[in-house]
Amino acid sequence: MTTKLSSAPLAVKSLLMCMLLMSSLCGCEREKRQYRTDPPVAAALDEVAPMPNGIAGAPPDAYVAAGEPYKSNAYDLSQGKQLYSEFNCSGCHAEGGGASGPAFLNGWWRYGPQAVSVFVSIRDGRPRGMPAFRSRLTTEQIWQLAGYVQTIGAYSAKTSAPGRNDAMQSRPSENRSPAKSSYASDQWPYSAAQ
Amino acid sequence: MALLRRAIALSVCFTCPGCAGWQSALDPHGQQARGLEGLIWTFIWVAAAVWISVMAVLAIALSRKSGRGAGNERRMRVTVGGAVAGTAAIVLALTIISFLSTRLVSSEASHPLEIRVRGYQWWWEVTYLDARAERVFTTANEIHIPVNRPVRLQLSAADVIHSFWAPNLAGKQDLIPGRENTLTFSAQQPGTYRAQCAEFCGVQHAHMALLVVAETPDAFEHWRQSQLSPAASPTDPEQAEGRKVFTSKPCASCHTIQGTSASASIGPDLTHLASRSYIAAGLLQNTRGSLAAWIADPQTIKPGNNMPNVPLTANELRAVSAYLAALK
Repeated sequence: MTTKLSSAPLAVKSLLMCMLLMSSLCGCEREKRQYRTDPPVAAALDEVAPMPNGIAGAPPDAYVAAGEPYKSNAYDLSQGKQLYSEFNCSGCHAEGGGASGPAFLNGWWRYGPQAVSVFVSIRDGRPRGMPAFRSRLTTEQIWQLAGYVQTIGAYSAKTSAPGRNDAMQSRPSENRSPAKSSYASDQWPYSAAQ
Repeated sequence: MALLRRAIALSVCFTCPGCAGWQSALDPHGQQARGLEGLIWTFIWVAAAVWISVMAVLAIALSRKSGRGAGNERRMRVTVGGAVAGTAAIVLALTIISFLSTRLVSSEASHPLEIRVRGYQWWWEVTYLDARAERVFTTANEIHIPVNRPVRLQLSAADVIHSFWAPNLAGKQDLIPGRENTLTFSAQQPGTYRAQCAEFCGVQHAHMALLVVAETPDAFEHWRQSQLSPAASPTDPEQAEGRKVFTSKPCASCHTIQGTSASASIGPDLTHLASRSYIAAGLLQNTRGSLAAWIADPQTIKPGNNMPNVPLTANELRAVSAYLAALK
């Protein structure tokens, strides 16, 4: 191979070199972080239309128009992860395994896996203990948190991930479809035992 | 030639401001910083003397005609031997000087003032420790110290590695998540010195400054007493409205104001916010106007920081800025 390449004409070699350099340029594009949402857009992000039973429903137009960033943007997922620990979600849900609150890791969602359901659960609270965070978090923060909670209970791997844990890992990391691993185990609520 | 002279004059003008001021290692106001300053000047003068003498020898050698004599071989051996011995002596002397002054800089003091400094992206949490729990208090982005008393900082970090650097007072010391570093220093005269995070810690690393205010022991004790008291109560209806807005909106889920229901510790403690000179870690002068601007749109003023844009009406913003500006 080396001898072949060294005997190739100069034009071919320089062409190959150019292609190599150009392909390395692809690595320069960085994910866009949106630190600031325009206030009207932020207000519009609150306009979810859940079904009457509080499960699923239509996401806000602004959320769809923005390309559903809170599901897949690594910065938003990281912010969500930070909020998860700062606002003591782990106090009830632990690291996704559940404690006094339900688990996320088993992939079983009481109110459905849709982003709207998770958003409404956090914003308005749910019966039997889930408090409302409407006056504690901004709408953007609730979306970031909802996006992160969805990744903990995800069945399919994501290409984006939040920052790594500082502490010891107690479950598969967020971009490795944590719920899928418990689906394979006996922990699944539909198993014969239940 | 005229151009060269102008360039030299200009460069001298530009370098001079670096030698003095409230954030300069070349303007020491503490024993530790003085030790480091002495060290750097010793190194600079010795290195300059070595460089000049080497250049002089080189110039002499180039200008002289080469002579081949019987004594040359011996003279050369003596010269080279002398140069090697001189180099070894200088390196050894500088090593010893360096060791002695760093030992002085990092020496522990007895009965220092203990302050815990915790680095966050991108601000500093400052806790004054005391054996009596009721004398412990927390503030942010501003350290007050009494002059001529050693201060021991217990440095830790909440998220990533930061570094504490108050060049007028001491050298750098890193804040590392999961471990505690210490830095002991003292200020020799009253003054306000600027410290800065010296380890790249993210997008707003440049806007992570801190003030060190050195005061007479009396002034420090007075400041300490005022910080220990709960927050000032509202004195007019607008401020009272501001307190209501603060405690009912998301503000209270991250900040503490002692004496109100706001008691979260995610963001800086705001109990005596108005007593500080700057807000947002040295970014804005602390006025009611900049407070309102900051609350209205923190993501434009310091993009990427963890304070969200909280939607407030104009009246709510006016009220909350009036309340915060009165928290002396």
